[in-house]
Amino acid sequence: MVTVLTDARRARHIAASVPDPELPMLTLADLGVLRGVEVGEDGTVVVSLTPTYSGCPAMAEMRAEVAARLTAAGYAHVRLRTVLDPPWTTDWITLSGRRTLAEHGIAPPGPAPRPAPGPVPLALSPTRPAVPCPQCGSADTEETSRFGATSCKALWRCRACREPFEYIKEI
Amino acid sequence: MSDDHVHLTLAEGHEDDTRWAYGTGFEDPLHGVDSAVPDGIDAGELAAVCVALADDALVLAQRLAEWTTRAPELEEEVALANIGLDLLGQARLLYSRAGQVDGTGRDEDAYAYFRDAGDFRNVRLAELPGGDFAFCVARLLALSAWRLAHFERLTASDDPVLAAIAAKGVKELSYHRQYAAEWVVRLGDGTAESHHRMQDALEQIAPYLDELFTAYDVEDEVGAVLKQVTKAAGVPLPTCRPLPGAGRDGEHTEHLAPLLAELQSLARAHPDATW
Repeated sequence: MVTVLTDARRARHIAASVPDPELPMLTLADLGVLRGVEVGEDGTVVVSLTPTYSGCPAMAEMRAEVAARLTAAGYAHVRLRTVLDPPWTTDWITLSGRRTLAEHGIAPPGPAPRPAPGPVPLALSPTRPAVPCPQCGSADTEETSRFGATSCKALWRCRACREPFEYIKEI
Repeated sequence: MSDDHVHLTLAEGHEDDTRWAYGTGFEDPLHGVDSAVPDGIDAGELAAVCVALADDALVLAQRLAEWTTRAPELEEEVALANIGLDLLGQARLLYSRAGQVDGTGRDEDAYAYFRDAGDFRNVRLAELPGGDFAFCVARLLALSAWRLAHFERLTASDDPVLAAIAAKGVKELSYHRQYAAEWVVRLGDGTAESHHRMQDALEQIAPYLDELFTAYDVEDEVGAVLKQVTKAAGVPLPTCRPLPGAGRDGEHTEHLAPLLAELQSLARAHPDATW
């Protein structure tokens, strides 16, 4: 039996499988930045993407990559839209995306904080989430820096197996 | 498999592609966002609000970038560069929004590179020169707490684009403030030398705080945060007479023009260059 994907499903499949430029083991769909793919009556594909961080330089790559792949797949007219609202959170990283991260030695994020409306409270001795080591699974880990090679990652190390690892911090 | 090349489009080198390296050719951070201004909003006022907030972010980002290769430790250098990048991202979105609504159709570069010091509306605290690491984190605490409090209110803005930029910024500013607060406590509550330096830093920023609260009515909230942090740090927040003048009115210290000269020199030497 041959399954024929509708045009919209095919376009969505192509856009969804584009790898993230900075975490290439994840697709844009895994990362949760793909907000929608629509095919208009005239055949124009409209792809909506949302940025992870305000200063994320990967947005241009994502757009160019999505447009190039759809064009190569035969879609003559491709339009990219930026969607800012609601803002991206790490909660949008899919379950399979989280598994893939862990398989690549990157600890996936815990649940994102959801502050109540009103002033954002400041905790001076924050209770850091226990991040299990993605290499050996030990919970005996510590943060070495909240900032890493990209905006989304923090640097941690495991006291049990002594391996350093990256951790996608929840926002 | 060439299909799995991470930067497929760069590797192929399309002729109409203005990007020469990763992250370049990113011209409009509001690409495809509905740019309509809702009824009842004064577009000129909205643009002025966006430019002032963008100027704060751009100027502070430049000061933070100056720590690259000079921070006490590699981790702090990476942290300050990350925070600067977030602020630069906020500035780009805000300048782009200003250009959409003020009727001039200017792009972000026109605001960042082709205005002089007198046209900038950033608060003066953002432009003060480097100082030591204690000054860096004390200033970052004051400015991030202030910007966070104001952005939190702006999430309810009648302009949906500004509200969305603010909602994104709130998440970023929360961890900027967290980073700065922890360092203020660590230094204030550290050695005799670090304590003394933090005290000096707070004395340097104190005269510029009043200007922040004249711009936005967030003194109670920010005051409470500064009190909480300085108490934990064991360093009193000095009370002092506010300095007259305001960056929001284009009145700046002598430090802004040299900062802009460096920031703008390349774009002004090669006005049509793309990168």
